[in-house]
Amino acid sequence: MFLLQTFPSWRQILFLMPELQLTMFACLVLVLDVLLPRGKKTFTAYASLIAIAFTSIGLISTYFATSKALPLLIFYEMYVLDYFAFSFKAIILIAAAISIAISIKYLDAEKEQRGDYYSLILFATVGMMFMASGYNLLMLYVSLELMAITVYILVGYLKTNDKSNEAAIKYFLLGAFSSAIFLYGISLIYATTGQTNLSRIAFKISIIILADDSKVSLGVNYLLALSVILIGTGLLFKVAAVPFHMWAPDAYEGAPTPITGFMSVGVKTASYAMLARIFLVAFPTLRTIKLLPGWTSLLIIVAALTMTIGNIAAMTQKNTKRMLAYSSISHAGFVLLGVISGNQVGYTGLIIYLLSYTIMNAGVFGVIAALRRDDIKGDRLEHLNGLVKKNPALAVMMLVFLIGLAGIPPTAGFVGKYMLFAGLIKADNIWYNRLAVLAVINTVLSFYYYAQIIKAMFIENMIDDKAVTLHPSSKIALVFAAILTIFIGFYPQPFIEFSELASGNLAPTLNKGTVPVATPTPTQVPNLLPK
Amino acid sequence: MFGIPILSLVTWLPLLGAIILIFIPKSQKELLRIFANAWALFCFFVSLPLVFSFDKTLKGLQFIEDYQWIPSLGARYQLGIDGLSLSLIMLTTLLGVIAIFSSWSAISERVKEYYVFLLMLQTGMIGTFVAADMFLFYVFWEIMLVPMYFLIGIWGSDRRLYSAIKFFLYTLVGSVLILLGIIKLYFIFPDAISSARGIYEETIKTMAEGNQPMIAMLARAADKNLSPNGSFNIWAMQAMANSRSLNGLPLIPVNLQLWLFAAFAIGFAIKVPMFPFHTWLPDAHTDAPTAGSVILAAILLKMGTYGFLRFNLPILGDACRDQRVLNIVIPLAIIGIVYGALCAMAQKDMKRLIAYSSVSHLGFAMLGMFALNPNGINGSIMQQINHGISTGGLFLLVGVIYERRHTRLISEYGGLAQKMPNFAAIFMIFTLSSIGLPLLNGFIGEFLLLRGTFEANHKWAIFGVVGIVLGAAYMLWLYQRMFFGEIENEKNQDLQDLNWREMLYFAPLIFLVFAIGIYPKPILDIIDGPTSSIVKQANPYYFEKTQVNWSTNLGQTSVPSPTPTPSSTASPTPSSEQTPTTSPSSTPSATPNPESKENNSTPKPASTAKPEKEEKKF
Repeated sequence: MFLLQTFPSWRQILFLMPELQLTMFACLVLVLDVLLPRGKKTFTAYASLIAIAFTSIGLISTYFATSKALPLLIFYEMYVLDYFAFSFKAIILIAAAISIAISIKYLDAEKEQRGDYYSLILFATVGMMFMASGYNLLMLYVSLELMAITVYILVGYLKTNDKSNEAAIKYFLLGAFSSAIFLYGISLIYATTGQTNLSRIAFKISIIILADDSKVSLGVNYLLALSVILIGTGLLFKVAAVPFHMWAPDAYEGAPTPITGFMSVGVKTASYAMLARIFLVAFPTLRTIKLLPGWTSLLIIVAALTMTIGNIAAMTQKNTKRMLAYSSISHAGFVLLGVISGNQVGYTGLIIYLLSYTIMNAGVFGVIAALRRDDIKGDRLEHLNGLVKKNPALAVMMLVFLIGLAGIPPTAGFVGKYMLFAGLIKADNIWYNRLAVLAVINTVLSFYYYAQIIKAMFIENMIDDKAVTLHPSSKIALVFAAILTIFIGFYPQPFIEFSELASGNLAPTLNKGTVPVATPTPTQVPNLLPK
Repeated sequence: MFGIPILSLVTWLPLLGAIILIFIPKSQKELLRIFANAWALFCFFVSLPLVFSFDKTLKGLQFIEDYQWIPSLGARYQLGIDGLSLSLIMLTTLLGVIAIFSSWSAISERVKEYYVFLLMLQTGMIGTFVAADMFLFYVFWEIMLVPMYFLIGIWGSDRRLYSAIKFFLYTLVGSVLILLGIIKLYFIFPDAISSARGIYEETIKTMAEGNQPMIAMLARAADKNLSPNGSFNIWAMQAMANSRSLNGLPLIPVNLQLWLFAAFAIGFAIKVPMFPFHTWLPDAHTDAPTAGSVILAAILLKMGTYGFLRFNLPILGDACRDQRVLNIVIPLAIIGIVYGALCAMAQKDMKRLIAYSSVSHLGFAMLGMFALNPNGINGSIMQQINHGISTGGLFLLVGVIYERRHTRLISEYGGLAQKMPNFAAIFMIFTLSSIGLPLLNGFIGEFLLLRGTFEANHKWAIFGVVGIVLGAAYMLWLYQRMFFGEIENEKNQDLQDLNWREMLYFAPLIFLVFAIGIYPKPILDIIDGPTSSIVKQANPYYFEKTQVNWSTNLGQTSVPSPTPTPSSTASPTPSSEQTPTTSPSSTPSATPNPESKENNSTPKPASTAKPEKEEKKF
């Protein structure tokens, strides 16, 4: 019995199909880059798009192969396959595909068309997919680093551009700090519970909290609170929540525009998958801690600050990339509402919101990236002026994305926002209600700066008459994103249904794998507690 | 009706037209114009069957359409109209045609987008009035913001960008608060109903007496099996609000009702607009293109009052009666009336003047509404329709003169009556209609609502009358400055009078001005049903002959009479057991209806006592 657990079978390896496929393709793209002559490097981009297509097929077939048995905990409970992981992997793949599609023309304009760029995006995507599936703090940490390190490189990809270099070094230094803090949090959790598996941590913590008559209890509570704060800090840094957001505007402005898009959707989504998984699976009992603030109250403060400060700072920006950086900070605050709400409506909202945010924000960055042409940088607000006359379809798609980001129906953004607010209201708590009011006010604030972009596109006159054209691949990506935005707005039912299944996974799961259970059942666990 | 989903048709046809317009090339301006006009006219004709096949005697919703939409959220595609919605929809479709027709020569650039946005706007507005599902209502409510933003922002004048964003942000603040209110109601509903199912079923039978589709719709809303995720049905919410638990308390605690009232009221008050929230209106009206101003004044503002009549009064009736609420709402309405009128008097710009007159007129509508009696609410609805007609007409007239002279400053004009006699005559008609001259439409609404207000509290009515006097002053003064005397400005010497096209779009409005003024009964018949049901819900004691001191705070004491609503007078317990067998038309609760009819004509016994009580409190 025990041996079965020790050696993962080949059958279990098959569960990793999508990730393995993507890793191999990423290596292949690297090789291709070397083989292809200068000027033909665009082919690597198509290869990466094909890679994502194959990975999607792999993901779908894995889903259908396992959907009866979900959730599956495999590889020493390191890796989980459940609806939550599948939905986030789908979102991440969409984000990566759109980012690659909009990169092709942009890199040509920057004269940096090389294969390693795409290969790095694919590696980062692998990391993200593991983040969505990780069920062990160490596993999650390694995946996080895989994603983070590749993205550091991507941010600084424009070697001759000072801003890009500055952004990369800032992002790298702060990112390294935050990773270290996160790791410190993990070590404290391990010290307290002796576990790194999320469900087991949850179980241990509940026992520790229950044993409140002992004198050490308060000390342990302090330790738990501290480790929650440290882990939270590391994660909130990745999603750029206030007060850990300082890096975001600089990194977003300096990075190549498609990478800005990738960071604001892919990195954020994956980090949120991890944050939701850790907080809701491992720390559900620490929502409130005796005599100490639990993570709910901390996150309420963070969410309130994030939404408001992000929005207010975005209002004054004249650089679209910076503006969208602040806007994505405020969106990070909105997503936190789902984690805070503590009911299934809110969790479902979190997933729907991230899905809609991903397609809309990636679309917005696709448009901004299309503005980079010849000698025009395209990241100032006035570069959007009169876009409706240059390329009406592009302007209309941008309008759809922006209205969606502002949460105005009938777009996907509204459905996501609606569910997040509904989650808060359903919790029926005075502080949650206040937070909901603050959140809706923030929705209004956010429209102010989106309207600046809309105004520039539709009302202002052109300042230059250079045509804005799209690469076919990015045209397909943007049209897909726009149609999906509207479609989810009108008929979100299938997406909500799947997200509801996914949010059902946000509770501690003990092994239900295909492999016979050889792990201690919950009743046995207390014996392992340190005396 | 013959199986045709007519409400869906009326709602979505304009949008379909907008989509077709997108495919007509930009350079074909004539074709675009002809198509947009023809399509708008077509939409109007499609909406006409609503009037002809509307059954005035039937209670509740008609032309019901009810389909599955987002089961996970509990939102359904539910459409249905009562008399109130019907009158506003007809106003919308009519003014839609006129607004589009009036832009024929006024708009010369970006013609295609202009008509696309106007038609999209039309869908949003009609949708708001036909939606019977709060979620759907909200979606339509918001859909309409974006086209309006562009209409003001692209084709507006001077400070159009400022006005457009101001309009958008103000309305958005309101609508997100409404959204919170909607969410809260949605979550209260299932629990509240499960605690008082029998009474709820009794209530829906009274609410929708003899209206089988509506009873079925409301019953499904409350059924755990058929709608496991709750319901957003507006009428189900009203039925919940009308039901009382066994100890006579409202199913939504009064304290919570007050909060919900605040959320909805702020949202709708911004749209109306009521006094402290009105500042977007003069800007938006002034800077919008003519058609935009017409639609803003005639229809968008009515969405605010419509919201009050749909949500606040029927669903949050206990809060409406609450003295604290009345003490805030009524003074604000009165301030709106007087302040709007005074501001109008001080304006130099014609459009701004008319915009401020809207603040004043809508103040009347709010005052009449919160009199919470049939006359007041009938008058309020009439006032809304009349305001749509006369202010719409006035904005069109300003548009006509603006097209010729490109200025709206009153001081630029004078003595126009000599050069433009027809224009002067039509302007006179709308001016007098706006003032409320008897035999013209404005009089009917103002008379009814002031009568209702007087019943409720004669002090309020006194302020209202002051507003009417001021209204006459600023409108007649405007008329005098523009049309009388000699032509002093050289530029006005060769102004052309109205052409046939302009006459054509004023004709239906002038017809309505006289028709409603002389014989308002058809419209009153249509809105009487909704009015009496709103009064029953917002102020059930009105129809009871017993004297009820409605200044008592319902939050602290339980309802004084053991049978609070007229619906539950018909012995709730026995009949709730035999619900499946009895056909709804033969339920004993037919009594309140004739009683209400009586009261409608002779409300004195109940009302004479009330103002005295009110005096002391106010």
